Amino acid sequence: MERKTKAALVIGGGIAGIQAALDLGDMGIEVHLIEKKPSIGGRMAQLDKTFPTNDCSICILSPKLADCFRHPNITLHTLSEVKGVTGQRGDFTVKLRKYARFVDEEKCVNCGDCAAKCPVKVPDEFDLKLRKREAVYPYYLQGVPAVMTIDRENCLYLTRGVCKICEKFCTREAINFEQKDTDVTLDVGAIIVATGFDPYDPSGIPEYGYKRYRNVITSLEYERLICASGPTGGHLLRPSDDKPAAKLAFVQCVGSRDLKNNRYCSTVCCMHATKEAMLAYEHNPRVKSYIFYMDLRAAGKGFQEYVSRGEQEYSISYIRGRVAKITEDHNESPIVWYEETQSSKTEKLTADLAVLATSLMPRRDVEELGKVLGVELDEYNFFKTDPLNPLDTTRPGIFVCGCCREPTDIPKSVTQASGAAERAAETMMR
Amino acid sequence: MNEVRAGVFICHCGTNIGGFLDVPELIEYASRLPSVVFTMDNKYTCSEVGLAEIRDGIAKNKLNRVVVASCTPRTHEPLFRSTCKDAGLNPYLFQFVNIRDQCSWVHMKDRERATEKAKALIRMGVARAVLLEPLEETEVEVNPYALVIGGGIAGMTCALSLANRGFEVKLVEKEDQLGGTLNNLYRLYPTDEEASKLVQAKSEELKKNAKIEILTSSKVKEVKGFVGNYDVTVRHGDEDRLFKAGVIIVATGAETLKPVDIYSYDGEHVVTQIELEGKLRQGKLTDKDTVVMIQCVDSRNEKRPYCSKVCCLTALKNAMLIKETNPDAQVFVLYRDMVTQGTKYEDYYGKARETGITFIKYSPERQPVVEKGLVKVFDELLGEELALPCDLVVLSTPIVAHKDSEDLAKLLKVPVDENGFFLEAHVKLRPVDFATDGIYLCGSAHWPANIGESVSQAYGAASRASIPMSVGHVKTEPLIPVIDEDRCSGCSLCELTCPFKAIQLEETEEGRKAKVIAASCKGCGACGAGCPQKAITMQHFTDEQLLAQIVPLTEVKP
Repeated sequence: MERKTKAALVIGGGIAGIQAALDLGDMGIEVHLIEKKPSIGGRMAQLDKTFPTNDCSICILSPKLADCFRHPNITLHTLSEVKGVTGQRGDFTVKLRKYARFVDEEKCVNCGDCAAKCPVKVPDEFDLKLRKREAVYPYYLQGVPAVMTIDRENCLYLTRGVCKICEKFCTREAINFEQKDTDVTLDVGAIIVATGFDPYDPSGIPEYGYKRYRNVITSLEYERLICASGPTGGHLLRPSDDKPAAKLAFVQCVGSRDLKNNRYCSTVCCMHATKEAMLAYEHNPRVKSYIFYMDLRAAGKGFQEYVSRGEQEYSISYIRGRVAKITEDHNESPIVWYEETQSSKTEKLTADLAVLATSLMPRRDVEELGKVLGVELDEYNFFKTDPLNPLDTTRPGIFVCGCCREPTDIPKSVTQASGAAERAAETMMR
Repeated sequence: MNEVRAGVFICHCGTNIGGFLDVPELIEYASRLPSVVFTMDNKYTCSEVGLAEIRDGIAKNKLNRVVVASCTPRTHEPLFRSTCKDAGLNPYLFQFVNIRDQCSWVHMKDRERATEKAKALIRMGVARAVLLEPLEETEVEVNPYALVIGGGIAGMTCALSLANRGFEVKLVEKEDQLGGTLNNLYRLYPTDEEASKLVQAKSEELKKNAKIEILTSSKVKEVKGFVGNYDVTVRHGDEDRLFKAGVIIVATGAETLKPVDIYSYDGEHVVTQIELEGKLRQGKLTDKDTVVMIQCVDSRNEKRPYCSKVCCLTALKNAMLIKETNPDAQVFVLYRDMVTQGTKYEDYYGKARETGITFIKYSPERQPVVEKGLVKVFDELLGEELALPCDLVVLSTPIVAHKDSEDLAKLLKVPVDENGFFLEAHVKLRPVDFATDGIYLCGSAHWPANIGESVSQAYGAASRASIPMSVGHVKTEPLIPVIDEDRCSGCSLCELTCPFKAIQLEETEEGRKAKVIAASCKGCGACGAGCPQKAITMQHFTDEQLLAQIVPLTEVKP
């Protein structure tokens, strides 16, 4: 039997962090799970379906969120950030900043009465600014903990000292403007970093016209548009005119395999583009999709078969060629210009919607976290690991899993998460 | 039992259900069903808010049956059951009705009839719920010993990690030395480390660890028992070793396809990448001035549709090693798609191009042709047929499942996929577990994996396997058969039918009688369906409960 071990710290409440926390918790080790956002769930919660089985993403994630929340060995710290780490393997002292939610988690039942009265309307981050939300809001519908949050940047009372209408209408007296940010100190034996990724902002490639053309969107925006709980209720409508999009152009390697941006391959995009095209076809069998790729990388269990099915059953054409530029016609329909590989001729294709498969990048604030943790990042700012010892960072006792070490699909993130949990448990035995 | 008080909770699942079925009408309908005393609709029944509503509903309305009409028991039944338990209700008094997969998703365009169908399913669910009985889970002790099958990088890593955690490990390897596939490799991408050095370092670490017993030249012959309590027989030479194990990790790796009648393969002028590794190790390549490598050999085709993923990088590494030993050598790599994923390998590909290696894209419709001293290929990018004179042709053949993995699968009663690789419990969320409790999976036995991936998976499998050993016991579901010994004639049909070895015939004073091993049973019900004496009752799925569910379907709608 194992002796009583110290607690472990997991930073990041996406699928990787969640799995690492659940494994450690199930082993009988106490876990602190830190999430910067108001609810756990991470990027996986934003996806509609998942390849290669087309399982609904939130449906398979949701039970794990609840497991984390209810687990006797897991303490959730949402709206929290790690501010300092001292000590060494087996004996770290972690300083945690817990930001005020201004809502009492024990009292709030997520009824939404407060939001119904809130006069503020701001773009919603979870839905990638494709819809507006109030200043008091649920991070997302299935989020855990399932409570409202007041956005301090936009709340009229917190910015200008007037309003408090939410407080008045909350029958449970859950609104609490007296809440303060607090600092907490935790003693832990090991740390797992699972902070995930941010998508590349394709405004960096002006030739693609992102933000200039309304019908050029990113993959993650597409995931929200086609998702039943997204801003359009799952109807794939063109942002310019709300008309159904039936001819889709998927542009691969946007910001990836690109000397001017990220030289690396983001690994998941060939597959998620295939999935996204399949989903559109499932919604409307008149949809025709074109995927513009450089190399088709379908290198996981069942992936190549998935691509073949896409080609044969879902009306997807795979076209090898890098897209040079996107323009638009008088209907605001994007025109995709590409070099047809075999003829070496420049061709064009007019679509209803162009979807940019943007590169997976480290979180924008990762350098600061790297410094706080005292670990090295690689040349792209992913956490540095050894290819043959893939879950250890450069500092003993600190481990890493998921997209913050390298762009990674869900099965591998989950595998690495369990693996990082093992490394953490192992290190604490010594 | 007292009066049945059923509560029905109907989930909108955002718009997944609510957008296609008339949920208010379903609520109204459910409230009129016999024994239903409470109904409620939830935006997401599985969210914390929805679960709290179930708990409140049970407490406030003294519910003793809970019916949730939402999605699928495959993902959500454990959650709703434990929610009932939290509220003090026996979790087996919960009934699931799947109106998402079976109604809203499949009948998206027919709201009215889909709603009618959902009513029928709810009616059936409530009827069964009335007859449900409380059941209790039992606990089974877990021996803190692990059996790791396979001594390659995955098995070695897994064994070492578990031993460091304090568990006793038996590592069984069929060859006479540890290392597995690594023993066939020369250097490893992308670090150029020598494979033999990695094997040596790991083997030494393993041998030093007092918690690990290494059994080389050994094969698992028999596995009896169930999670926490396996009796394992390992064959070593002429002797059988017997020992106990609490968990089993499958790390048996895979092999490289040996080509037969492909591209004039002869093992001399036309070789595989593995054979090339051997030549490189022996420094035998200095006289080969022109080398042509062909990727995706007998792979990504109808017979073998998958991509083995490691072959592109192996080719890059070996091509660069050839250039290293013989800088004047010309190396051509004929590929379909270069698969160099992630942050570490795109630069590796770039480095190979800078080294002067030529990459030629071919299409599966126009396969290269190997002739004596010549390879003909249609260059897709150039749009031209090329004839490449060459001294050596190297075939990148796919990673295929071990021939004997099906035998092991039968021994352990775990599944393999259509390509012969072991099949995990869930592609995304349980990638290193088998569906059978107590058995785990890592490395290329699961799917072609490079060293780094195998190591990650090995730690992952170690983590999962350590959970029952750390806790010391597992809970077994009570959804198992009960044998009526008076009726049992000892015919052993159930023992033969059971795919999980969960029924054994035992001698009693009344003759041979079937006995259930609860921890092995998966509750599939095959025994009960087959029993000619009707001596087997499946708990939670009794004939009465199932008939009660079926009868309302045939009723004219009220």
